[in-house]
Amino acid sequence: MPLEQLLQYFFAGITEGAIYAIIAIGFNIIYNTTGIINFAQGEFLVLGAMIATSLAGVLPLPLAVAGAVAATMAVGALVDLVFIRWLDSPSVLRLVVITIGVSILLREGMLHAWDEKVRALRHFTGSEISSVRILGAHIAPQALWVLGIAGVIVAALALFFRYTLAGRAMRACAANRTAARLCGIKTRRLVTLSFCLSAGIGALAGCALSPLTQTQYDMGASLAIKGFTVAILGGLGNSTAAVAAGLMLGLLEAFSVSLLPLAYKDAVSLTVLLAILFVRPGGLFGRRESQRLKEF
Amino acid sequence: MSRPRGWFRVLAVTLVLMLAAFLAVAQKNTIKIGAILAVTGPASNLGAPEAKTLQMLVEQTNAAGGLLGRQVELVLKDSGASPEKALSFARQLIEEEEVLAILGPSTSGESLKIKDVCQEGQTILLSCAAAEAIVNPVAKWVFKTPQNDAFATLWIYGYLKERGLTRIGVVASNTGFGNGGMAQLQKYAPENGIQILIAEAYDKDATDLTSVLTKLKAREVQAVVNWSIEPAQSLVAKNMRQLGMTVPLLQSHGFGNIRYVEAAGQAAEGIVFPCGRLLVADALPAGHPQKTLLLDYKKKYEDRFGEEVSTFGGHAYDAYTILAEAVRRAGSVEPAKVRDAIEGLKGFAGTAGIFNFSPTDHNGLDMSSFEMLTVKGGKFVLLKP
Amino acid sequence: MRRYLPLAVVGLAVVGLQLALQAAGTVYYLTQLTMAAFYCLVSIGLCLLMGYAGQLSLGQAGFFAIGGYVSAVLTTLKLDAAEPAARLLSSLGILAERRDAYENFLLGVSPWAALLAAVLVTGLVALLVGLPVIRLKGHYLAMATLGFGLIVFRVVLGTRLLGQADGIGGVPPLPLLGLQVSGGRAHRVESYYVAWALVLAALFLAVNLIHSRVGRALRSIHGGEEAAGALGVDTARYKLATFITGAVLAGVAGAFLTHYNGGIGPSEASSMKSVRYVAIVAVGGMDNLWGTLLAGALLNFISLRGYLGSYDDAFFAVILIAVMLFFPDGLLRRARVGRREGG
Repeated sequence: MPLEQLLQYFFAGITEGAIYAIIAIGFNIIYNTTGIINFAQGEFLVLGAMIATSLAGVLPLPLAVAGAVAATMAVGALVDLVFIRWLDSPSVLRLVVITIGVSILLREGMLHAWDEKVRALRHFTGSEISSVRILGAHIAPQALWVLGIAGVIVAALALFFRYTLAGRAMRACAANRTAARLCGIKTRRLVTLSFCLSAGIGALAGCALSPLTQTQYDMGASLAIKGFTVAILGGLGNSTAAVAAGLMLGLLEAFSVSLLPLAYKDAVSLTVLLAILFVRPGGLFGRRESQRLKEF
Repeated sequence: MSRPRGWFRVLAVTLVLMLAAFLAVAQKNTIKIGAILAVTGPASNLGAPEAKTLQMLVEQTNAAGGLLGRQVELVLKDSGASPEKALSFARQLIEEEEVLAILGPSTSGESLKIKDVCQEGQTILLSCAAAEAIVNPVAKWVFKTPQNDAFATLWIYGYLKERGLTRIGVVASNTGFGNGGMAQLQKYAPENGIQILIAEAYDKDATDLTSVLTKLKAREVQAVVNWSIEPAQSLVAKNMRQLGMTVPLLQSHGFGNIRYVEAAGQAAEGIVFPCGRLLVADALPAGHPQKTLLLDYKKKYEDRFGEEVSTFGGHAYDAYTILAEAVRRAGSVEPAKVRDAIEGLKGFAGTAGIFNFSPTDHNGLDMSSFEMLTVKGGKFVLLKP
Repeated sequence: MRRYLPLAVVGLAVVGLQLALQAAGTVYYLTQLTMAAFYCLVSIGLCLLMGYAGQLSLGQAGFFAIGGYVSAVLTTLKLDAAEPAARLLSSLGILAERRDAYENFLLGVSPWAALLAAVLVTGLVALLVGLPVIRLKGHYLAMATLGFGLIVFRVVLGTRLLGQADGIGGVPPLPLLGLQVSGGRAHRVESYYVAWALVLAALFLAVNLIHSRVGRALRSIHGGEEAAGALGVDTARYKLATFITGAVLAGVAGAFLTHYNGGIGPSEASSMKSVRYVAIVAVGGMDNLWGTLLAGALLNFISLRGYLGSYDDAFFAVILIAVMLFFPDGLLRRARVGRREGG
């Protein structure tokens, strides 16, 4: 394969991979604080993009994006408050089913609030035909935005978890919830915060992605599956590994197109998902024991 | 306390019975027309304008005194592009509602599924989907209003041949429409001197086509032909430009909705595709048989719904007006008579073209129903030769 | 004998309903009731899996689709009747002729042979998928089954042979003792009875299973897997057996519905369908067969009639959430001694 083509696949791969990583991180944040897998994670991306396209009609783009992120965070908090908060030690089965129900509800809500038409946010810089040459490959400036924003999110979260009180409290929750409570940490509030955070980064990623992929009300489910695959691949709860896993999956999918018919591209990630679940549920970077210790 | 209650009950029952009787009588006098359209779901770009068009037309008919003096009742079912829902609704419409005809469905897949049911139930089906297989082989009760994909293919190849662009790449969605187009493109390539260097199908929900287009670019195709009805049409245009591909992009007649141009933004400039004349009605010469009705439909639709017309809505327009005309000519709502009347329609002007039906041709359109259009300044314009 | 009483009640209700509809002149409701019956089969299998073996499965639609597609592909083959191999198989009854809408005669696999193949293929896939899946728990189990269903969906959508986005049509009716399972008006009543007879048969088997050693083993697993294992219950084997049973029931339902509808499409494999099956079991009470049946019949009927319009999916999501939040043991709870919140 000529270098130019190789690079082209490479860029396509890391751009998609970055998005998968962000979704996976969203999963991880909620999982670490609550032990819940939030199946509605994909919907946060779509919701953020939808709200942003509506706001972009009246506000300048940066404000529209900020507004969308804020609104989605509010929705995330609402999801927790209405559906999750007052459950008393629910079984995993119940939680799984509830979050699935919530994701469907959000999706249908978006359908009836916005309608079925495809929308796209304006490109942050340039337009639909802008193209940047990097080492012979062509890449849309928006893809660079996606990579940039993903990088900023990862860095900001790392700082948040390490240096802020709330962040450290969330880490404590992840390690041992009861102990955290005993230390006086208000775990319930942190749960809401984690939903907010996940929703926020999801919305931001969704806005960055919208100019490239266009947004439709039902795109959330497939995004969630990819994100989950990456989260599991890296080891549930491990956000640094999620970044690596995300890029890996993205590259795998992009290069698979050169070998397989395009129709099977999604089957690739699904096969990876099943393979990992069957063979090494702890993830590539997880340890065997850590998986058993986690309560199911 | 029981006496007042007893009276109340009797009154309530009487009212209900009266209402039921009234409804029953009221029903008898309407002409029921069924419609199965993909108003929501993956094909909503097709179904939603179709549903709106039918609504508008039925209201118009009723306001003008109805059909044969009777009010028209539209029974609309939203199939969400799901073939088994379409099937269930088809059975409902035929057996319960006993509709005169079914308009739609919106997609080729659904139409092919309910073709047999309508044939068996001896109910007229006027499909708004494009696959040739709907009317070939001809089934007595099944008609369709969109143009054949074969014609679109030939127009595209004509354009390419003229410019000496003979080595092309083809991408199509994996739906019935996309597959149909792919099949036609491959069928007619050799005799037109076209070489399809690479042909790939993509998922209709695809969000990024740069990988597959990279493959096409590597093969150095002289033009790209895309065949789909999904929003992915705009993605092909955008991704091509992002990859720095400057070769021409040709689309199928599924591109006929300004939303696809808006979605593709500047990347849509210069796209060439065959299409019915609805989108360029203003540019038609005065006296063209379609001009008046096209402009009329365009104005009424845009005033009423605040969005631009699309060729998909036009297919529903044709289906309804053909049915209405057939009913008038037959002078009755007996299915067999109306069916024969449809087959006898010649020179009937619709949005997609001039229809000439016959017992062996249940589509009624030919090559002349198309014009080549292009996108200039974000608008559809006629392609000047 | 008391345990079979509900079966008799259901049987009477089925007959009674048909007679009532006949009298009211609204016989066309039978169509949706028949389709609902086939969808109920899936939920019954899922009830055994979720309620008794405690295994969530978000991929039942995948098995439904496998059964349906195998039947569809085999019965719509266009084989050359003149071939000696074809003639041999025809005489054995494995191949059969069918007529299409244009009066052509085509040779494909006979519906019963295809049904057998559908059962075998579904069972085999269930075995292969089930072996690793039953070792998983909680979220991982949910995702694995969801992933399986999605793979089936993608494969079906991407394969030419399986009709891609439009599925397969022209599937012939299924002949049964001189009757036919098909959607045509002429066969409406007999198809209705065949469908519900199938459901009753499945319920009969399920009731027997529950009250047998296997059933008790399953309940012990559901109550506490480690404890059950400590008592010598071969948890893995029972869970796998239940998984395969559920899958095969779904596959059979898929095959029958394909013949009834005359075709099948990729939407039957979608995750939304899987969620619906789960919702129905949840509403009916996780381990309540009769509740599942009632919920299945009612909800599927309403959905198929289109009464919910474009709020169809939203409706199922809402009842799923509502049931899970407020009635985790299902709306139609049965008084169970010692019943506690389990995994």
